Amino acid sequence: MKLEDKKRILRGMVLARRFEERCYQAFIERKIGGFMHLYPGQEACATAVMEAARPGEDYVITGYRDHIHAMLCGTDPKAVMAELYAKETGCSKGRGGSMHIFDVEHRFMGGYALVGGPFPLAAGIAKGIQLKGGDEIAICFLGDAANNQGTFHETMNMAKVYNLPVLFVCENNQYGIGTAIHRSTAVLDQFKRVCAYDIEAAQCDGQDFDIVYEHAKKAVDHVRSKKGPYFLELMTYRYRGHSMSDSRGYRTREEEELWKQRDPILILRDRLLDAKTLSMDEYTTMEKEIDAYIENEVIKFAEESPEPDVADLEKYVLA
Amino acid sequence: MAEIMYWEAIQRAHDEEMARDPLVICMGEDIGVAGGTYKATKGLFEKYGPLRVMDTPISENGYTGLGIGASFLGVRPIIEIMSVNFAWLAMDQIFNSAAKVRYMSGGQLTSPVVIRSPGGTAHQLGAQHSARMEKVFMGIAGLRVVTPSNPKQAYGLLKSAVRSDDPVFINEHELMYNMKGEVPDEEYFMPLEGSEVTRAGTDVTLFGYNISVHWCIKAAEILSKQHGINAEIVDLYSLSPLDRAGIKKSVSKTHRAIVIEEDEAPVGVGSEVMAIINEECFFELDAAPVRVHAVNVPIPYNHKLEKAAIPDHEDVVKAVLKMFGKA
Repeated sequence: MKLEDKKRILRGMVLARRFEERCYQAFIERKIGGFMHLYPGQEACATAVMEAARPGEDYVITGYRDHIHAMLCGTDPKAVMAELYAKETGCSKGRGGSMHIFDVEHRFMGGYALVGGPFPLAAGIAKGIQLKGGDEIAICFLGDAANNQGTFHETMNMAKVYNLPVLFVCENNQYGIGTAIHRSTAVLDQFKRVCAYDIEAAQCDGQDFDIVYEHAKKAVDHVRSKKGPYFLELMTYRYRGHSMSDSRGYRTREEEELWKQRDPILILRDRLLDAKTLSMDEYTTMEKEIDAYIENEVIKFAEESPEPDVADLEKYVLA
Repeated sequence: MAEIMYWEAIQRAHDEEMARDPLVICMGEDIGVAGGTYKATKGLFEKYGPLRVMDTPISENGYTGLGIGASFLGVRPIIEIMSVNFAWLAMDQIFNSAAKVRYMSGGQLTSPVVIRSPGGTAHQLGAQHSARMEKVFMGIAGLRVVTPSNPKQAYGLLKSAVRSDDPVFINEHELMYNMKGEVPDEEYFMPLEGSEVTRAGTDVTLFGYNISVHWCIKAAEILSKQHGINAEIVDLYSLSPLDRAGIKKSVSKTHRAIVIEEDEAPVGVGSEVMAIINEECFFELDAAPVRVHAVNVPIPYNHKLEKAAIPDHEDVVKAVLKMFGKA
């Protein structure tokens, strides 16, 4: 990959970080309601996988930590923010909210708020691709805790039996809500679990874009060449709590600091600084531009958009 | 018009729809090579192959979810869940994915999936193979529920369900697969909403659906011959949405209503129909509406106890006579 491309990628990761931090602020200001689950700390994961895939062509489905995944498929950040603001201009017309971002035009098939629920749906999307005969793939992003659901095992089994073009990306951030993985899960290495279904799998550092990209490329190629499903485990960490009501009392600040020393944005930034592809001035300018864009365009759009009309309450129940 | 069996009607609908559209597939346990527990998919595997006739593992939530996911891409899966008792395991995907996805995506995604499953009490199958679950499905916004009482309905409803953009649950009955009835030789579609007047009458309306329609038919004959009571039978083949206008029309004509269901009483089709009668026809009534329903027990294995747990045509007759002050 060219270094210039990596500048574009770094910009995307900074946008993802600042977008989520701005969401946090808007939630505190009570502009955003409901449950909200943020992504800071995990940016390299979805960014690298989608860089290896074909955003807007491959189908993506995920759980409730879904804002950034949609944006990486091509969803306008304004439509995501407007959705969080529960506006009619939101990508789910204000009916979905943070946990139900949808953008079918860009083949982002949704965020789902039932842990493990998207596994069989992803296999089904892959089945649809198989029947239609295209070379797209289905990509299912879910956290480590989802793997303890029955749907995980049911889906891995079917994905293998039917040889479905589906890539499972496990963003292993070590926690299922507030329970550390070693307290809930017998086998800590998630990629080892799918050997029970004879599915190709790998595990790698989820903080380093270059490493994730290398693994994701191999995984995507495997699935796209119709060799069957693939399971990729990315070792990562979320900086914030599970949701907005989570004060993280179940883990130490020391542990958090350790992970922040391996921040995905800083790893990529420093690599570009070392290679002289990027200067510190350029980087700070980039941050400022992104903040201004979020404030002047994204937030402004969400603030100024109309809410759905109550007369349309029953509009989307049946076709 | 040929007389064919309920299962043959379902099989014919599958075959015609699969021949027409390569994106119509069917899936479920034993439905392929083995030909289907109730023969509803007989011969389809040989004709359409394993990609379109999918034998699934015994993992109901998983394969139902797979069908729903495929439907997001415009595939039209007909999923057979061998017994409605196992559909409990698939409730997460039916409730939380199929029924809600259109709404929570603001109309972007729909799940045009068809889920067929037999319910009901058959012959000494015990508590975990005798459930009736229509009341659960009809309570879900975003899901259509239909329940065919004869081969013609079974054929026409499945044809329409496959063409519908909504998720449709078809509640069949284990005892009805070998039931014979006339089905039009030409292609036929049954509307997914509405009700059918099975027998016109003047004195009381018997609201039935699925197998209870047949109890109503028997009861109406007895009532007419032995007691001079002319019962109207309304077949509520669509449980969601219920045919509010059809219920109102019949009760406004007969002024008396009895709802007959094989399911237990607390929460159910009977409760819902009674509420509609109360809301729509209160001043039309000459008697308080009545429900005939199962006893609220897990269905027992013992045949005598099993028979006592669910109603039959004699219970319908008794309820009518009581309403008319004749018992």
